[in-house]
Amino acid sequence: MHFLRPLSVLLSVLASLALAGTVLAADLATLVGNLTSGGLSEREAAITALAASGDERAAPILEALGAGQLYTRTSDKLVVIGKTDGNRLALTEAVSGKPAGSAVEADLERVRVNNRLRGTIEAAVGSLTLMSPNARVRLNAADALFKRRDTSALAALDQALAAEKDPRIKRAMSEARAAIVLATPDSPPAQKLAAIAVVRDRADRDSLGILKTVAAASEGEVKTAATAGADSVEQTLAAWQMAQNVWYGISLGSVLLLAAIGLAITFGTMGVINMAHGEMVMLGAYTTFVVQEVIRTSAPHLFDVSLVIALPLAFLVSGAIGILIERTIIRFLYGRPLDTLLATWGLSLVLQQAVRSIFGSSNREVGAPSWMSGTFQLGQLNITYGRLWIVVFALVVFVALILLLRKTPLGLYMRAVTQNRPMASAVGIRTPRVDALTFGLGSGIAGLAGVALSQIDNVSPNLGQGYIIDSFMVVVFGGVGNLFGTLIGAMTLGVVNKFLEPYAGAVLGKILVLVFIIMFIQRRPRGLFALKGRSVE
Amino acid sequence: MKLGTLMRTGLVAAGLVASAATSAFAQAGDTIKVGILHSLSGTMAISETTLKDVVLMMVEEQNKKGGLLGKKLEAVVVDPASNWPLFAEKARELLQKEKVAVVFGCWTSVSRKSVLPVFEELNGILFYPVQYEGQESQRNVFYTGAAPNQQAIPAVDYLMSKDGGDVKRWVLAGTDYVYPRTTNKILEAYLLQKGVPKEDIMINYTPFGHSDWQSIVADIKKFGSAGKKTAVVSTINGDANVPFYKELGNQGIKAKDIPVVAFSVGEEELAGIDTKPLVGHLAAWNYFQSVKDPTNAEFIKTWQAFTKNPKRVTNDPMEASVIGFRMWVEAVKKAGTIDPDKVIDALVGIKVPNLTGGISEMLPNHHITKPVLIGEIEGNGQFDVVWKTPGLVPGAAWSPILDDSKNLKADWTKPVNCGNFDTVANKCIGKAAK
Repeated sequence: MHFLRPLSVLLSVLASLALAGTVLAADLATLVGNLTSGGLSEREAAITALAASGDERAAPILEALGAGQLYTRTSDKLVVIGKTDGNRLALTEAVSGKPAGSAVEADLERVRVNNRLRGTIEAAVGSLTLMSPNARVRLNAADALFKRRDTSALAALDQALAAEKDPRIKRAMSEARAAIVLATPDSPPAQKLAAIAVVRDRADRDSLGILKTVAAASEGEVKTAATAGADSVEQTLAAWQMAQNVWYGISLGSVLLLAAIGLAITFGTMGVINMAHGEMVMLGAYTTFVVQEVIRTSAPHLFDVSLVIALPLAFLVSGAIGILIERTIIRFLYGRPLDTLLATWGLSLVLQQAVRSIFGSSNREVGAPSWMSGTFQLGQLNITYGRLWIVVFALVVFVALILLLRKTPLGLYMRAVTQNRPMASAVGIRTPRVDALTFGLGSGIAGLAGVALSQIDNVSPNLGQGYIIDSFMVVVFGGVGNLFGTLIGAMTLGVVNKFLEPYAGAVLGKILVLVFIIMFIQRRPRGLFALKGRSVE
Repeated sequence: MKLGTLMRTGLVAAGLVASAATSAFAQAGDTIKVGILHSLSGTMAISETTLKDVVLMMVEEQNKKGGLLGKKLEAVVVDPASNWPLFAEKARELLQKEKVAVVFGCWTSVSRKSVLPVFEELNGILFYPVQYEGQESQRNVFYTGAAPNQQAIPAVDYLMSKDGGDVKRWVLAGTDYVYPRTTNKILEAYLLQKGVPKEDIMINYTPFGHSDWQSIVADIKKFGSAGKKTAVVSTINGDANVPFYKELGNQGIKAKDIPVVAFSVGEEELAGIDTKPLVGHLAAWNYFQSVKDPTNAEFIKTWQAFTKNPKRVTNDPMEASVIGFRMWVEAVKKAGTIDPDKVIDALVGIKVPNLTGGISEMLPNHHITKPVLIGEIEGNGQFDVVWKTPGLVPGAAWSPILDDSKNLKADWTKPVNCGNFDTVANKCIGKAAK
């Protein structure tokens, strides 16, 4: 870091010129001391002063402050950075960076910040880390300055721009510079015009905001350029919005598919109206919760694979309960759809209340493993890993189920029983056993869905209720008894829903989808893909 | 006459049973019954079960202090099962069959509306402990939760201030039912009054339990990129919040960019979420567990001991239940009887300490005075109070901002004695207003 020293000195000289020499005299310890005393506005002044000091040691202190990890120790008023380490906090001295033992939260007083200060801190850390040897940190710094448009960082930014080699970071820095130029009312028009071009080429939501503000606040040439720029950005974004809606639709569709695919088996191929299907999903989600609890207490290093462990268990739990329900209730009700409906409806209430009594009525927290959290950018599309994995998982389950039905003896029996029960029975298939297994399979798949849904929805006793109507809708729309119909049905409903939502609102959108399905069923009572051939009603 | 003897023995037995029952009843007459009307099953159980426990705890505490008027208190718990018509039935059961002196209950506005006629008809007393949309005042109901001017309006004021981020553009997002609709109507009128142009207000409603927030959050993000500081005012109902906040985190909306201030998200709701991505988002309440005050510390200690769970959280409606219970106890002491008319009259003007270090008073409009606090969500699921009103805010039954209600006032003391008194026409509208 030998090349950083002179630069930081230069920076601090520059900054101190701006602040009429007040900072030069103050050393880091005093500045950090200022940070912890006084009210929020004094704290803000202290943050700005720290940023202006250009001292590279200030960056981690400010980062800790922003993350709520900066404390004063009650016993000796030492300012420390505390990082969670089990039940205690491992402390380091803020100013010197030396370890300072550990403490419990009760012995420390946190230096409080609010949203406004977090913004100031972001900008301050940005201007302090522009010269960091780490490329990622520099990029983050440039992004932070782009967002905050802190005029006082302009000098530091120019310095960094001159020294920067990486073209990507260089672009981010010049974008940040352009944003700051545009945020300064008295910058010369020529500079502003150049800045507008830079911001326009960035073409995202943030740049649109900047251009609109400029267009509203300025006149003449600058206004025209900014308006034109905003228009072109809007056009680009409109195209991306299409793609985004399609992605959201597929993502919603995959959730619907997961919830409905088990039902497609029990309702679709067996003809059992299982109102407790949603509760099988809920049981899967609670299995995930239990697995995570066990892992948290006994083997924390396994947390990242907790979902993988939960998958087979959820399948077994929901599947076993499904078989139990089939053997004890449903098999006596075959051919009496109304009675089945009522019995399973009652059963769903029983299951809900049972879970409520065991786990309590409040939501349970199911964490996301690291490989499922975070997002990545695809052009202007923000894709979250969690959603992506759910889409993948839904398709895998779907393919696996198709293979099971097509390629295994059990699948063959199931199809045989579905198509012609008396004939299947006559050729020696034990139809009651196949019924139980089919029902168990459908329920087990609902359990798998529960594992996935625990990532995006509340894990509460009511989890299943929210999906039961949608699931029936998907199965009926897609065509009863046809798995491909369920896939197409789920995706269509997902995409249609997401395209309607921005225009009609979520409530009306849902109603419109329902009306659409009712009309569709009137026209084609057997759904998109009706089973043809020799199936016996 | 074997049959005769048998019958005679039967009659004697029945008589014995009956006399046993009456003696049990006579014993029950030595207690004062307290009704608890909170859903213990169904969708609302998630929130209401806690309040039942709070009232049970208060009853137990009061009995430890020797009861009330020399009698022990006895809690009668019924389960209206999140079923609105059943609320009315159970209320009738409590008042007519159990002859309770007071009822603590209801959460959703629709359940409150469903029991109102029952309490009016049978002259009962209901303490309603949840923040609500206002525009109501009934002689038999005491509203210890926040009215809009004790929660929504101060929250918007805070966001408009420099500390709150100088917000210029507003998203009013809510679940599609009466509380969010009325609150948003009041808020929209208030914002327009403050000079916010109509195009800077976006109103969005979602169904109950909405779980796919992708496109709505994207919409909010889009609305927020118009170059003006944007905030979301959320009246989204309990359960839909978890996926909503998860999606905000997913799409990278940080509190410092677009803050969300919620009116229905408290410590209990946050218990089911990893709050690290939500740090800095706001909630407006009259109480937070994190408030440092001896009465609060004492309450939390008692509560965690009562539930035998050292991690159990407390929240705002719990505080409102506690205040209501204490006010009722004081009023009964003052009146010296549990006669509803006398207690209702005695309640106005009763002052009891709240849990945030102030003294709350029951006002003539049957609402109470409360402080308004704004808290930022912290990484541990608690709130850090970043702002509070300098004093206590008196609850207003009728919003002065809406045209329909600006002339109305509620005053249940003599000589007005009316829940919707028109100050311009100088007469009581009475039931016609409903």
